[in-house]
Amino acid sequence: MSNDSSESAKDSSGNSPALSAGVTYREFEGDSEPQLATRGTPVYGERTEGEWRLWDPRRSKVGAMYEKGLDLRLDGGEKVLYLGAASGTTASHVADFARCVYAVEFAARPVRDLVGVADGRSNLFPLLEDVRTPASYAHVVEPVDALIQDVATRGQAQVARANRRFLADDGVLIMAIKARSEDVTRDPADVFESVLADLREAYEILDTERLEPFHDDHLAVVARPR
Amino acid sequence: MTDGSSAEERGWFEGLTRGDLDGARDAIETGTAERPADWPEQAIEAGFADDEADYYDALGEATRHAAREGAAERELSDDQQLIHAIRAMDDAERTANELAEQVAEWAGSRFEDVDAGIEGARAITEREPHSPGDERVTDLAARVVDLDAEATRLRAFTERTAGSVAPNLAALAGPVLAARLIALAGGLKTLARKPSGTLQVLGAEEALFAHLRGQATSPKHGVIYTHEYVRGTRPEERGSAARALAGKLSIAARIDHYSGDRRPELEDELDARIERIRTRGES
Repeated sequence: MSNDSSESAKDSSGNSPALSAGVTYREFEGDSEPQLATRGTPVYGERTEGEWRLWDPRRSKVGAMYEKGLDLRLDGGEKVLYLGAASGTTASHVADFARCVYAVEFAARPVRDLVGVADGRSNLFPLLEDVRTPASYAHVVEPVDALIQDVATRGQAQVARANRRFLADDGVLIMAIKARSEDVTRDPADVFESVLADLREAYEILDTERLEPFHDDHLAVVARPR
Repeated sequence: MTDGSSAEERGWFEGLTRGDLDGARDAIETGTAERPADWPEQAIEAGFADDEADYYDALGEATRHAAREGAAERELSDDQQLIHAIRAMDDAERTANELAEQVAEWAGSRFEDVDAGIEGARAITEREPHSPGDERVTDLAARVVDLDAEATRLRAFTERTAGSVAPNLAALAGPVLAARLIALAGGLKTLARKPSGTLQVLGAEEALFAHLRGQATSPKHGVIYTHEYVRGTRPEERGSAARALAGKLSIAARIDHYSGDRRPELEDELDARIERIRTRGES
């Protein structure tokens, strides 16, 4: 399997230290500011500049986390379990710089697109499974260095805790908490507090950051297993 | 379960022949393990793969096949087809009406005695065009008529499919309302799992959330308002009628999902219940 992007991208300098190898800011035609980009096969009509393709932080929670300057503790070359992969927009960018990505999504319609994305990527493994029942995919997924979670369901902390079993002890949890999925009636700040409290049972929180203006009422969390 | 037993757990590739994609799909879909393990290493030891890269090639091929087939199968299930059909029907009807309005506007500037609506558009198609501009208008009118005919066919397909996907629900709610409820819930299974109070306000989410935020009274009904038993009941009793109807529809959805046999007595029970609600307080 070839994954030269994580190797050769390390020479791209001038980026903030928080950016993973393989993630960089590039000038795209028609933009005055350099834009976040990864190197790989384009999948959803995003703009490209040579081998680089634009990573739109408005379409991707992880893209927004980089854009907000969060240190995701990824060096490139990691094994990743991605929970809530949807159509694979973000998963495809992560696969551009990771060793491999196990992408779990339970809704049939987005999985159709996710498989299309995986067709051009030998290191992206789509799984039509429910993130709330890790035992249904633990016979396929190996222990990973990073757990990325973006699921719009109630009990987001519960999902992260149940999937703790996949994460290496020195691994990292990268999570976007969606307040409205937990409780639309409560103030998002209160929702985040209670999800974080629940999360602390299994994880040590390293960083948090609201994702406005890219995503309303979302909190990014970077954590380590306890 | 202790850590010791995890050594006995089997990876998806155990007992599989390389290249047996259907076998791999079955193993991925039905297999389980309590904990993950170093599957690439175990697959190499078991002789399933030569090295890690070879294992990932096999895994990629297997997971793409399993996910593609699994998603296609789920998407083909009838309730999902029903959801596509009713959305297409709504879009076709709405678009036909919007285009008919545009046709009437435009035709009114070129022809005498133009009527609005689909029938107006149908009349336009009979006119003799005398210029390229006339021709555009009569052609557009013909598209409106075609789209309206397609909407009618979609409605017939929706009604037929609703009756086979959810016979009890379709009998009680009417096939189109049954399809709408299934579409709003995302499927028959999710509808069957919702409490009847939720079914009662499906389609009134905006009003419901305004209420939950404390800014409004609770909505009495969502899309079930289109049912004669709600709309045809006088306003003071409409909440009760909506609650009674939602209760029976919810039972019907559960029977349709979990057993699938017809229960005609549900209709009689509902009729009697609505009759009582409508006559109480009258003297």
